[in-house]
Amino acid sequence: MATKRYQMPDPTVAVTDEIIKGQIEPGSRVIDLGCGDGRLLKLLSDEHKCSVQGIEVSQNRILSTISRGVPVVQGDLDDGLPDVPDGSFDFAVLSMTLQQVRRPQYVLTEMLRVAHKALVVLPNFGHWRVRAQVVRYGRVPVTDSLPYEWYNTPNLHFMSLYDFRDLAARLNFRIIRELPIINGRAVDRAWAANLRAHSALYVLERGDS
Amino acid sequence: MTADQLVTSQSDERSVGLVETVTATLFEPPGALQLASGETIGPVAVAYETYGQLSPARDNAIFICHALTGDAHAAGIHSADDKKPGWWDGFIGPGKGLDTDEYFIICANVLGGCQGTTGPGSLIPNSNDRYSSAFPVITVGDIVEVHAALVRHLGIERLLGVIGGSLGGMQVLEWAGRFPDQLASAIVLASAARLSAQGIAFNAVGRRAILSDPAFNNGHYYDGDQPRYGLALARMLAHITYLSETSIEMKFGRRLQNSDEFAYDLQAETEFEIESYLHYQGKRFVERFDANSYLRLTKAMDYFDLADSYSGLANALGKTDARFLLQSYSTDWLFPTSQSKELVAALIESGRHVTFAELDSPFGHDSFLLELDQLEDLVIPFLAQTQQEIRRQVPPTI
Repeated sequence: MATKRYQMPDPTVAVTDEIIKGQIEPGSRVIDLGCGDGRLLKLLSDEHKCSVQGIEVSQNRILSTISRGVPVVQGDLDDGLPDVPDGSFDFAVLSMTLQQVRRPQYVLTEMLRVAHKALVVLPNFGHWRVRAQVVRYGRVPVTDSLPYEWYNTPNLHFMSLYDFRDLAARLNFRIIRELPIINGRAVDRAWAANLRAHSALYVLERGDS
Repeated sequence: MTADQLVTSQSDERSVGLVETVTATLFEPPGALQLASGETIGPVAVAYETYGQLSPARDNAIFICHALTGDAHAAGIHSADDKKPGWWDGFIGPGKGLDTDEYFIICANVLGGCQGTTGPGSLIPNSNDRYSSAFPVITVGDIVEVHAALVRHLGIERLLGVIGGSLGGMQVLEWAGRFPDQLASAIVLASAARLSAQGIAFNAVGRRAILSDPAFNNGHYYDGDQPRYGLALARMLAHITYLSETSIEMKFGRRLQNSDEFAYDLQAETEFEIESYLHYQGKRFVERFDANSYLRLTKAMDYFDLADSYSGLANALGKTDARFLLQSYSTDWLFPTSQSKELVAALIESGRHVTFAELDSPFGHDSFLLELDQLEDLVIPFLAQTQQEIRRQVPPTI
């Protein structure tokens, strides 16, 4: 399969961390779900004086997080957040992970149970190159950066900005910010965002809050 | 808890080498120790060992809380031909989990124990009698009071860390509740904020075995035989709770000790390998442990209830700025993962710095003594980061 495939935005790029940081008020309590090696939380803790907590399933990534001095609790997002009391945080962050959990609705609901605001970054499968790939080659969008085929990819769900807005509305979550990310830059009020954005950042709160 | 099964071969450069147990005398009159029961005791002798060097800023000390039947001898050997190193030797030494090139390590025997610290077998001050049954019932809080006094006696105001597994982990939690400003980190292994009813049940049967041994004689046995049968039975029972179904299956299975065939003889009490092993453990245990201590320390464990003592877990753990590292083991049914997670929830609720992982291990509750490589991976960076943080807050004076 030599076809050049769509590159899903790399969740470890520092630029995403900076964009997330820009949406979080200094001094906030932040929980990062699937915190990876803890780099975002280290940034928020050092430069934003946030009090932070990571959740991570992989033993190796837990060790990397500890090595940064960032607190991390082992947990699988598919099991929810049973050890995190309601309203313990100002922000729950889920960066480039929603497409990988088994039940996205459940994870979003858990996020807004434990935190007042949910900050979600997701890949936009409505991007024109994904569409072109499907149309031209008849291939599903599998990424080059993650060496997976459709049958073994961790990406279980494909969504576009429109799709995510629908889900938020269905769950009665208010979108208080939608920030398309185009070529690594957050673009406020981008035209044709659903075609042009590689990913997007959302800040949500409960509709009743 | 089964220190006697842990004999590791160490290359010399990774060992702390020759060490000795020393004794400090604390709570001398008129400063007797007030116990939770209302009684007082003093003076109290405390047996302890140290490894590594205390830094000039006195900011690198780590206190080890031993488990039910441990002692102050956590690492190294007592003489050149000593075959058996300290109970956590694989974890303490140059370059190991508790790195003696970096840290000053202290381990002390618990109050009420029988390995050098004042306990039921000690002489009553100004008397030729032993405490025996007169030794008070003690709590984990009392144990920690004594150890905190030792740490002050050593000139240390704030520990870099307190670490312990099982009953030792309960002591770590008590440290955090009782002396919140005196520790920068707390490492709690295979432990819980309270012993489960199931755990109390096992302890109760163990105590009954001792109390019903005719040699027990109401605790007054120091002039003759101690209640060996009762104490050995208590140990055999407890030992099962430290293992897992998997580890017993792996280590012994249904294998017979000395034969391929059943003996059809009820007197053959060591027929199965697991039987033989438990008998051996019981026999070895009575050589090194005192029944009166066993009664009191299991009771201290039963009484421990952090939430009850401090009006809630979040309140107990919310006063300290210490970083917490909690660790449970997948096959530990005596202190199951769910109990560590209760602590995690309370620590998150009170906004503490908490790290938790459940390690995969077949060895049940004993894993914290055996799975040292996995433990090292977590503890080394955790302590290094804690050290860095406190040195960032308070630059060392030159």
